[in-house]
Amino acid sequence: MLGLTILVDGITYASWLFVVALGLTLVFGVLKILNIAHGSFYAVGAYAAASLVSWFGSMGFAPAWSLVALLMAGVSTAALLAPLTERGLLRVFYGRDEVLLVLVTYALFLILEDLTKLIWGANPFYVTEPYGLFGNLSFGSLSYVGYDLMLIALAAFCGLVVWWGLNRTRSGKIVLAVIHNPEIAASMGVNISRVYTVAFMLGVFLAALGGAFTAPMISVQPGLSVGVIIVSFAVVIIGGLGSIEGAAIGALIVGLARALAVHTWPAAELFSIYVAMAIVLVFRPEGLFQRLQARKI
Amino acid sequence: MIRTISLGIASIALLGLAAVWIPKWLLFPATMAASHGIVTLGIVLMMRSGVVSFGQGMVFATGAYCAALLAKHAGVDEALLLVPAGGLASALVALPFAPLLARYRAIFFAMLTLSLSMVLYGVLVKTETLGGSDGFNIARPKIFGLELSAEMANLGMFWLSLATVGLLSIMIRIYFDSSRGLVALAIRENELRVEYLGSSVHQNIGIDFVVSAFLAGIGGALTGVTLGHIEPNFSYWTTSGELVFAAILAGHHSVGAVYIASFVLELVRSFSALYFPNTWQLALGLFLLIVIRFLPLGIGSLWTGKNKRGQTQ
Amino acid sequence: MSALLDTRGLHKSFGAVTAADNVSIVIHPNERVSLIGSNGAGKTTFANMVTGYLKPDAGTIEFLGQNITKLSPREVTKMGVARSFQIPQVFLQLTVLDNMLVALACSKGNLSATSASHRPETVDAADKLLERFVLLEYRDRTVVELPGGLRKLLDIAMALTGTPKLLLLDEPTSGVSIDEKFPMMDTVTAALEDERVSVLFVEHDMEIVQRYSKRAIAFYSGRVIADSSPDQVLADEQVQLYVTGRRK
Repeated sequence: MLGLTILVDGITYASWLFVVALGLTLVFGVLKILNIAHGSFYAVGAYAAASLVSWFGSMGFAPAWSLVALLMAGVSTAALLAPLTERGLLRVFYGRDEVLLVLVTYALFLILEDLTKLIWGANPFYVTEPYGLFGNLSFGSLSYVGYDLMLIALAAFCGLVVWWGLNRTRSGKIVLAVIHNPEIAASMGVNISRVYTVAFMLGVFLAALGGAFTAPMISVQPGLSVGVIIVSFAVVIIGGLGSIEGAAIGALIVGLARALAVHTWPAAELFSIYVAMAIVLVFRPEGLFQRLQARKI
Repeated sequence: MIRTISLGIASIALLGLAAVWIPKWLLFPATMAASHGIVTLGIVLMMRSGVVSFGQGMVFATGAYCAALLAKHAGVDEALLLVPAGGLASALVALPFAPLLARYRAIFFAMLTLSLSMVLYGVLVKTETLGGSDGFNIARPKIFGLELSAEMANLGMFWLSLATVGLLSIMIRIYFDSSRGLVALAIRENELRVEYLGSSVHQNIGIDFVVSAFLAGIGGALTGVTLGHIEPNFSYWTTSGELVFAAILAGHHSVGAVYIASFVLELVRSFSALYFPNTWQLALGLFLLIVIRFLPLGIGSLWTGKNKRGQTQ
Repeated sequence: MSALLDTRGLHKSFGAVTAADNVSIVIHPNERVSLIGSNGAGKTTFANMVTGYLKPDAGTIEFLGQNITKLSPREVTKMGVARSFQIPQVFLQLTVLDNMLVALACSKGNLSATSASHRPETVDAADKLLERFVLLEYRDRTVVELPGGLRKLLDIAMALTGTPKLLLLDEPTSGVSIDEKFPMMDTVTAALEDERVSVLFVEHDMEIVQRYSKRAIAFYSGRVIADSSPDQVLADEQVQLYVTGRRK
């Protein structure tokens, strides 16, 4: 039974992590930017969810509508922040050294940290309404929160949609072309600029969606982004930068490793993730699903 | 070399003297600027070869914890023993990782150093004997066998940091100006050619990594001893991030710029914590963007004239 | 005369492409040899294998009697083989002088962590080498400002700092304008005059081949199809078919 608990715990954690990591790996795959501020978009999504859910509540909507509020939190965050960030900021630095771009996103992370504190204050928010919407499911002596299971379904849905969109639609194939070789794609008439904008917006949306749907499970407070980004890095490194399957497997590995540690060896909870990350970097730096060259000489 | 040494000693002496007259509240940020600046100098050292470490927190924390543990459990109360011990410990910890890390570049070097620092963080937080997530305190050590009174403490710590960091910086400046230092710049430009000229890039970067670790350990020990406290946060990724920030701000051509950058950051941090607790990161972020955009070679480029010519200094 | 470089039965393929097919070439001390062949014929692959950048699938490479087949570029350089590159491999953001200083420092072996990179003796040595390649006037310019021809000269000058016994020049005059080709090769030949070094250069310009080499080796599809004096090689039927085109 412990095994089942670990499994469900791990997969639940992996679900929201996958959604977030999917956004991160997509942005890296297309724009070649490892976005430190990705965690900040997650946080803004969570805060937006808190605001929207309470606003919906105050307007007298039925509790089920809070789910719509969560979705809207994701959409609005992406709609507002993605164009501003990609067009207003990142575009200025395109073509520069990739580590330099990481530093630009680090600066953005710093800025967003304070902006969220200025807008929402430093006190924690609790977004509890949606969490009880799906009741509890009992398996024998164990009981699972329906919301957690919904989250698993949501993650799978997101993954499938993105996968299908990339591999089965024409626009998706264009995006794949840009991932593989932007120069050749551009010389074939692809509007690289627009692909970048759309990809980035999708990335931010996934981060914010992850944040919004996780909000009911945590306390939304300053510092969220700091923890999320580092775990997301671990996932995409393990899975391989730019790979969807990698994000899924990476999230599962991290989620299960963490759940295993929490239930059997709590002291290892924190470092187990990073040990896994380091091990992958040492033995298979491209990650489990290659897409990128790693070593130099 | 003579010029560097004399200029360096003169600067140290001047700053040491000035410390007696400047306002007391400036001493703490100045001390922190020195003890963090030396860590940043290590990052700059590696940046000259084109690799950016996002995980100096690992060796920074190692130096701090080593000094703290020696003070607490081995009864060592002499700063002049604690600080070098911190440096040595960090160098030893870095040594087994150096050959491995030296094979990586760009994002992967950054991520591997990052992951290692986070592993250490995870271990430190969960190890109760090391103080867990709160860390633990260190009593103020003696310097040169002398006890420091409460009033003299700030000045004493500053002088200790100034002297240690100053002397090491002179040595690093000589290193930058040496053949090895010039080849480091070449590695950044074209590794393949350096290999084809007969020099091992792998070995050069590995050595630089260990030297940087030593510097970070010194900085960690100095920080711990000055603060009187050490904690796992020293190894957290945001600590490493701030140190890289200072390195970008400073650029990699001037040693002095590293300390100026660190000092500016310390001042911003102190002021903001007091008056603008919710906007100092915003200010830092904007500042970083401005520097990246308009001063890509760092503030050091303002006086080493690197913007126009490509000459090395 | 004992061989300087002795390659036997070198074989290298990349998937379906055979870049080297049973290549056996012997180079003697103080030779001037050109390697000709159309693109993809295997000349650069040969240079890459000799200098350790690529490992042959089969065959051996001996230099001064030592087996260097498995050595890395750095180790091969230390043994006395140097090369210049088709696209000049120089340090763009450093000055011409600094490029030479780096080359001299690396060739010397143990890099000093204390002695200044710009010591008078070292700078002198660098200046002398630059002078031989007519680059002295550009000594303080950043390489990124220099045109391709000068970068190539610098590339070759840097390769000489280790006093090699075998020098491979990969297309030294490609990218150089027609007017400058001969002056450039004159400069290189003059600079090499006092050195006891064998020069192997890859060339597409047959006038350069005839004027500056005493022996030509023609490649086609990874095989050596001719190995003789330039005149004889250029008159060879197969060479005219696969490399140069028919002589009128």
